[in-house]
Amino acid sequence: MTTLSEGIVYLLQQMLNALQLGSIYALIALGYTMVYGILTMINFAHGDVFMVGAFFCFLAAVYLGLPFVPALLLTMLGTALLGVAIERLAYKPLRHAPRVSAIITALGVGIFLENFTLALAPYPKHIPMLLENVTWNLGGISLSSLQVIIIFLSLGLMFLLDFMVHRTPVGMAMRAISWDKTFVPLMGVPVDLVISITFAIGAGLAGAAGTMYGLAYPVIDPYMGIMVGWKAFISAVVGGIGNIRGAMIGAFILGGVEIMVAAFLPSTYRDFVAFTLLLALLIVRPYGILGSPRVQKV
Amino acid sequence: MKKALSLLAFSILISLGVTAWGAEKTIKLGVIAELTGDMPAVGASCRNAAEMAVKEINAAGGLQVGKEKMKVALVVEDNAGKADQSAAAAQKLITQDEVAAIVGPNASRYAIPASEIAESSETVLITPWSTNPKTTLDTNTNQPKKYVFRACFIDPFQGGVLAKFALEKLKAKKAAVLYDVASDYNKGIAEVFKANYEKQGGKIVAFETYTTNDKDFSAQLTKIKDAKPDVIFLPNYYSEVPLQVQQAKRLGINVPFIGSDSWGSNELLTLGGADLNGYYFSTHYAADNAAPVAKKFIEDYEKAYGAKPDDVAALTYDAFGLLFGSIKSAGKADREAIRAALSTLPSYKGVTGDMKFKADSRDPIKSAVILQIKDGKFTYFTNANP
Repeated sequence: MTTLSEGIVYLLQQMLNALQLGSIYALIALGYTMVYGILTMINFAHGDVFMVGAFFCFLAAVYLGLPFVPALLLTMLGTALLGVAIERLAYKPLRHAPRVSAIITALGVGIFLENFTLALAPYPKHIPMLLENVTWNLGGISLSSLQVIIIFLSLGLMFLLDFMVHRTPVGMAMRAISWDKTFVPLMGVPVDLVISITFAIGAGLAGAAGTMYGLAYPVIDPYMGIMVGWKAFISAVVGGIGNIRGAMIGAFILGGVEIMVAAFLPSTYRDFVAFTLLLALLIVRPYGILGSPRVQKV
Repeated sequence: MKKALSLLAFSILISLGVTAWGAEKTIKLGVIAELTGDMPAVGASCRNAAEMAVKEINAAGGLQVGKEKMKVALVVEDNAGKADQSAAAAQKLITQDEVAAIVGPNASRYAIPASEIAESSETVLITPWSTNPKTTLDTNTNQPKKYVFRACFIDPFQGGVLAKFALEKLKAKKAAVLYDVASDYNKGIAEVFKANYEKQGGKIVAFETYTTNDKDFSAQLTKIKDAKPDVIFLPNYYSEVPLQVQQAKRLGINVPFIGSDSWGSNELLTLGGADLNGYYFSTHYAADNAAPVAKKFIEDYEKAYGAKPDDVAALTYDAFGLLFGSIKSAGKADREAIRAALSTLPSYKGVTGDMKFKADSRDPIKSAVILQIKDGKFTYFTNANP
């Protein structure tokens, strides 16, 4: 960094990198936060649903030869069905069991998905480029068409979700169930259906994240969901788990901190500094940025 | 009850009969390979070459041990690409299967834990592909381990070769390095490269790290781009390098990349495609410029598995060659005798060149080659010594 303008270019480039990473974290974090909001359960299999999404995209691109948009839609549909199936088969029978049982089951489902994929695809796979990728040079900043698509598609999906939760009857039902699970069913809200829809949307977003992640980082393997899943979960907690806007904010904060630490400090310190900062944030705001303590009704 | 008893008696008779017929003695040898996990292509090559070596020796009637010919039996263990499972696999092979010696694991981060078990259990372990010096060194005394050998060169040597290549052949005065700080191999060779490159007059303008399983390198690569290097060194495994090169290109970086022997898997070409054309890496042997000894191996391997053997396959084959040679010269399949024979084995002509263990070392003396990726193929470029 010799001159001021070079410094600004460098900073802008890193901000762009952060935006791309944050977008992907956000799409996955939404799934964690939605399920928690409705069932107060942490769906640890969610990172692996994201991984399965990347593999669906691989199958759609390589074996069906689909272009980007149909591949994306098919992947989202596939993971949405997977999410519903997981909820019906694994979580629903345990809905009234102790919460620990549900968490253990979620971990088990995650391990099952990893090993099932591993059995079918022991080698890392390469996702072909589904989009013509153009790199523009804007006064020293490199911007690729893929980056633009990832950022805008993620933001679009997030606004759509936010609209749905706050402005539609289904969204109202979700918020109602999250508020009170005992009396809302008595008012005629079909709880099971709303929970299924929640899982479908969360998993569908994870599928979209898997597709975009697979295009941005085109080598995929059955373990790719673990670390990304954890980071998205941390984003959801930092933003205030259960809160949809919080999850998005948390994801962009985590992406930004990770990139900026690597940008201005030795990159070896990245995870150490990033997670120390996040812990410090949780000390100041234990329920996350937008979260509020749940009042125990006596 | 009576029926069950007679059935039991019958099965005992049968099993006695079988052991009587199988009176021909066998030697058990163990293999620890990365069959699943993050580098399954490495494990598959290792297992393929091991099975080929054993099949060949058994087809020739077995291994000459003293006065008798003994068949060789192979026990293959998967370490699932994990350090703890590598140690557990070594433990199992030594205590349960009672193998005479072990070949593998290949990556240094798995070979080091397994080597600790082999050393403490006094069983010979030859790692085909682990180039980190620590694998054959005792961590406490820094003296060579007694029972751990390798079939490849070591990183200080390879780092020196690459530093010289970058400075003299590529005329690159400024280099950047991006490496996995959580992996023994990557970290070791990155540091050696840096030391050698600076000693020979080059300048390291960026020395960036990430941790295993990271997929986003944009922050580090942006930093590297800002430092304006002439060459970028990526001493990372074949599954990560394509991502790093692609992301670098997307950021508008267009200087050449060089790599180390961890690039040498055919999977690199499958995952990386045309993005890698024109780049160089150092490795153990060149399939298209091999010695006559190697030609037969390459042909047989291609016939059996339908692909050119990569360096892991070649080195595994050589590890078995070393093992067979030392058992033959020891005259018995006793663990201690194998160790003694291996450390004094005269020069061995392997697929990856001639090798011999120095008196006070477990690392063979041998040379490296530089390959270039051309039209989606590994092509011989030059021989190299530091």
